[in-house]
Amino acid sequence: MAELDIRLKKVNKIYKEGDVIAGVVVVQSKGELQHQGITLIMEGMVNLQLSAKSVGLFEAFYNSLKPIQLLNYTLEVAKPGKLPNGKTEIPFEVPLKPKPGKTLYETYHGVFVNIQYLVRVEMKRSVFNKDLQKQTEFIIEYRSQEEKAKTKLVNFSITPDTLTNVKEKQNVPKFKVKGHIDSSCLQIVTPLTGELIVEVCEAPIKSIEIQLVRVETCGCAEGYAKDATEIQNIQIADGDVTRNLAIPIYMVFPRLFTCPSLSTNNFKIDFEINIVVVFADDHLVTENFPLKLTRF
Amino acid sequence: MATYEWFPRPRNYAFETKAFEAVAVPATSHPLKAITVTEVKKSGDKKEINRAPATSSAPKAVLGDPLGMSDPLSGGISVEFDGLDPLSRIMKGDSLTSGKASRADSIKISKLDEVDGGNSLSETFEPWSLKKAGILARYTTSEKLSITTSFLSPSDQEKVVIKTQTQSQTTGTVSDKVRNRLEQLDDFEEGSVKEMLNLSQQEYVKRIEELNQALITAWDSDHRVKALKIAIQCSKLLADVSVIPFYPSKFVLITDILDTFGRLVYERLLDKAQSSLPGSARPHRLSANFTSDEVPEAAKETCRNWFFKIASIRELIPRLYVEAALLKSYNFLNTGEYSDALLRLSLMSRGIGDPLVAVYSRCYLCRVGILVAPKFKEHIPRCFEDFITTFPQVQGETVQNTLALQKLEMPRYLTLFSPALDWILQCLAHSASETLLNETMDQCKQHCNNALMINSIMSAFQPQFIANRALVFTEMIRDCEGTGLPKHLLYRTLGLCLVVAETPEDQRLSVLNEVWKAVVKLKNPSDYIGCAEVWIEFVVKHCGKREINIFLGDIIKHMTPDRAYEDFYPQLQSVVSKVLAHQHDFSLLFSLDKFLTFIDMFQRESIKVEICKCILESFNKHQVTAINDPVVINAMMFLGKIMHDSVDALTLDDEKRVIGQLLCGFIRLVQFGRDFEQQLSFYVESRAYFSNLDAVLITLIHSVNNLAVETRRVVKGNHSSKTAPFVRACAAYCFITIPSLQAIFSQLQLYLLSGQVAILNQCYSQGDAFFKAAISLIPEVPKTMDGDSKSRSSEPYLLEFLYSFVATLLVTPDNPEAGVMYLLRGLLNVLHDYTWDPNSDARILVYSRVLAMLSAASQEEYLYHIDKVDSNDSMYGNDPKFLAEVKSMADTLIAEILTHLKTISAPEFSKRQSSLITEIVSVLLTTCDFSQQSVATLTVNLWGLAQKNGQADVKTLKKLLDVAKAKASAGSTAFQGLLPKLVINSS
Repeated sequence: MAELDIRLKKVNKIYKEGDVIAGVVVVQSKGELQHQGITLIMEGMVNLQLSAKSVGLFEAFYNSLKPIQLLNYTLEVAKPGKLPNGKTEIPFEVPLKPKPGKTLYETYHGVFVNIQYLVRVEMKRSVFNKDLQKQTEFIIEYRSQEEKAKTKLVNFSITPDTLTNVKEKQNVPKFKVKGHIDSSCLQIVTPLTGELIVEVCEAPIKSIEIQLVRVETCGCAEGYAKDATEIQNIQIADGDVTRNLAIPIYMVFPRLFTCPSLSTNNFKIDFEINIVVVFADDHLVTENFPLKLTRF
Repeated sequence: MATYEWFPRPRNYAFETKAFEAVAVPATSHPLKAITVTEVKKSGDKKEINRAPATSSAPKAVLGDPLGMSDPLSGGISVEFDGLDPLSRIMKGDSLTSGKASRADSIKISKLDEVDGGNSLSETFEPWSLKKAGILARYTTSEKLSITTSFLSPSDQEKVVIKTQTQSQTTGTVSDKVRNRLEQLDDFEEGSVKEMLNLSQQEYVKRIEELNQALITAWDSDHRVKALKIAIQCSKLLADVSVIPFYPSKFVLITDILDTFGRLVYERLLDKAQSSLPGSARPHRLSANFTSDEVPEAAKETCRNWFFKIASIRELIPRLYVEAALLKSYNFLNTGEYSDALLRLSLMSRGIGDPLVAVYSRCYLCRVGILVAPKFKEHIPRCFEDFITTFPQVQGETVQNTLALQKLEMPRYLTLFSPALDWILQCLAHSASETLLNETMDQCKQHCNNALMINSIMSAFQPQFIANRALVFTEMIRDCEGTGLPKHLLYRTLGLCLVVAETPEDQRLSVLNEVWKAVVKLKNPSDYIGCAEVWIEFVVKHCGKREINIFLGDIIKHMTPDRAYEDFYPQLQSVVSKVLAHQHDFSLLFSLDKFLTFIDMFQRESIKVEICKCILESFNKHQVTAINDPVVINAMMFLGKIMHDSVDALTLDDEKRVIGQLLCGFIRLVQFGRDFEQQLSFYVESRAYFSNLDAVLITLIHSVNNLAVETRRVVKGNHSSKTAPFVRACAAYCFITIPSLQAIFSQLQLYLLSGQVAILNQCYSQGDAFFKAAISLIPEVPKTMDGDSKSRSSEPYLLEFLYSFVATLLVTPDNPEAGVMYLLRGLLNVLHDYTWDPNSDARILVYSRVLAMLSAASQEEYLYHIDKVDSNDSMYGNDPKFLAEVKSMADTLIAEILTHLKTISAPEFSKRQSSLITEIVSVLLTTCDFSQQSVATLTVNLWGLAQKNGQADVKTLKKLLDVAKAKASAGSTAFQGLLPKLVINSS
């Protein structure tokens, strides 16, 4: 029995372009281990996927949906031979360089777009034994970014008049929710902050929530699919809150599921938030705010 | 067997006294102290070393004056016990070991430690753990509760199902059964969220405890996510206000779980931080106040992960509570981060619509905050202000609907706020200045002049601050809104503040008037007594007799209708004890016409006795001077009588002792000075009142004897025609009182004592009567007596009494109408017939003392006399007839002694025999005339017999021989003749 493992030196596994990824391949074996060579593969891919509703439409230009390889690097860690009994640690170091003409985008796990980086180690073995394989993900963050976060205060006021898709205005209870978001252009590590004041509301409120939404666009100039899905929903008020009392808006951006807003030829990743006021009768009012996320 | 004749040796007492007079020499060391000191020094463990100078200085002081003022005994003992007292050491050890007894305990203790560790928290801060029990006891419900969770063990779920089934069977609806079955099906699906309905409060508490256990188990088995989920589910329960009266208790239970969770996470992170420190193979300890820079990256990463996870909790309330629970762990990321977090969380609580849920969440923040960062206080005023702003919510539609649905009245609902509000205010007010109180009061006046708020402010801030503004507060209370807490509770709280602090003098009366005006109007006796119980202390402390009387009268007026007092004995009792605590002038107290009427309200026997005890105790403690005020005496007699009458056959000994002591204390305090007649009549009356208690009767007899002696002292021994009958009356009093005592020995002793007093007062016939009574009582003396849980032989006590009795008889003059020494004869007859323990020589020991006494009685002048009483020496004037009588008695005794010695001549008794003989020989040596052959032979024979079996105590024999030698060398020819015959066999 033998086991293969990769251990990266950095515990948080966060790297930047130009960094050296260092670590060890750990082989644990009972008895001597014969192998046909150990290779280490470093890979970075953008995977695009179509949502069910758009599949038929886009079959025509499926080309643009091929995975995009950002990084590919293969390295022989050990030549065919024998490994001794017990634990063997083989150190490795790989410089982090993208394939020519590509950029190392930040790691992002979405629904229709996935940007993922992996280190994989493979041990070839004789025909009678299964090859061993082990992979681990590492995370890419930008080293620098031209676009810096600039504070951009957004004031908002939600009243029945600001609603767009209401059929019978007279059914809407009177309400006025005012507030602001401290900035719609944010560093990804700083939480979203702001304030919200319910000034008037005739109907009792059940809940007020902040919804974080990802907007993923796949396609090219010919056509594209744009899908908005929820990442997370944070409740900021529970029950019929006091009127005219500033309720804080606060949301931490989850790691992996968010990345700096990204726009390329083949795909786009944007983020938005919705402020959702749910009334006691389960009617709800939503106000949408686009966000711009940056690393710096 | 030869009969031996007895001859007393004539003695010159004056000469002997001179010859034996010891010369006083200053002592070099304290006879008792010496051992203690060396022990302390020898024990010399580390602790003792610091004390060594203190102890070594003590013996130095001894050298000068061993028994003087600087008596080292008391000091020495305390020094010794400081270091060595084993009891206190055991106690300490106990508390340590028992602390480790159970896990739950250790958790609690570690929490307390945290409080201690929060260094800047002073002791005046009442920790949460103390409040918990109170809240749990106060906020209960009989409603059915429900719990929603997926984390209860299957076996428990089965039980629950069974329970609910049985319940549903009683209710009998089909839909219930169906639902139960469906629920059962759901159980098979693991992790299904399940709502348990119809839980009683106990079941609910049990479930929550199980959740707590589940959390710990999950954590221990590395299911951290599951543990987190449990924590989240628990905190979700706090959003539920469906059984609102139970909410505060629920809060207590659930935050306990959250605390556990927070502690587990913190410990885990600490562990991780310590084990993964770079550059050290072995786990490394982080200092107690480590900064985030010392924390390795790996631990920080784990910590960050926790907070990211929490930040994504969807619902507001769980997110708030769980983050608060983990607050301490922020320390790993960024030292001081938690101050920001606390502020942010306190703002976050604004989003909670339900005012009750919101105030408890703020309470939890303050609670966590004070533990984690005791110095950081900014969030507390924030919480408080937010509470004030959101308080109008209670009038809101949502809350009103909830209350209507649960049929809860507004005042009751508002009381649910008080634990949380109290805690927030306590945090706010802790070591706060008076200005803060002013600010708070202003806020309160402006925004919500609410009873609830005023109440909490009063209980939170230092009582002295409150007292300084007593008037302002009374006004605030008067003007505060009608809804909410009933005002009597406010008055009560205000009273509690004022009695512990000093109210400014100019405010006292107006405050009292203002408050009392309102309190008097209270119709409900329970509301009323709650206030009165507190305010009575204020009145007794600051006001005079008139006010106290009015106040008591008012209480009586309120308590009397419908016998309301029956329900409020504890409160009334506390009223009495408060009056007694501050008012020590009993003549004043009993002169109040309402006080005794007040006492009359206690109609249940046991309570009444309690109250009487209380009063007597206070009287004994605080009345230092003697009293003769008839009002006080009558009142006390009345109270004492109640107490005394409560004693019956079933009363415990301890209880009897306590009552007896209280009554004795009272009796001793009553003194009429020179008015002896009245004093005696008081004693007569007391006897009539308290005839059932031995202790009291004994005290009375002693007091009366004392009175007789006092009378004699006043007339200097020469009784007039007035005093003589009086002392006879005293004697008569004793004579008829003694037989009613239960204990024979007390009777004997008192007979003897009273007899002595009677003779001293020249009441010969009375004295004789006492002695005769004592003698005739002897046959009734039991063989054993009960004391301290086991029965002991009564013999030593009897012997002691007899020795003392015989000594008294020496100076008791014979009654001319009766024979020579007829009392002694009577005694001897009784002793002869008394059934002695066959294994003891007590009778012979008494005989030996009688021999000594007879020798003393044959002297021309006796060794001691009673002042102004002629004893037999002057009555008979050494009449040969009298001497012959004495001699014949002695001869009989010697014959008796010899007969007895014969009965124990068997070898197995040899030791006993020999020691008895030594005793007799010593008496003979000191009292007999050895120029008479008969006595000398007797002595020599006995001396030989004592050594016959080689069991003699040689040391004692040597001492006896020394005495004989001393006599011989002093020139006594009789002794010179005797000496060669007294030989000690050196075996």
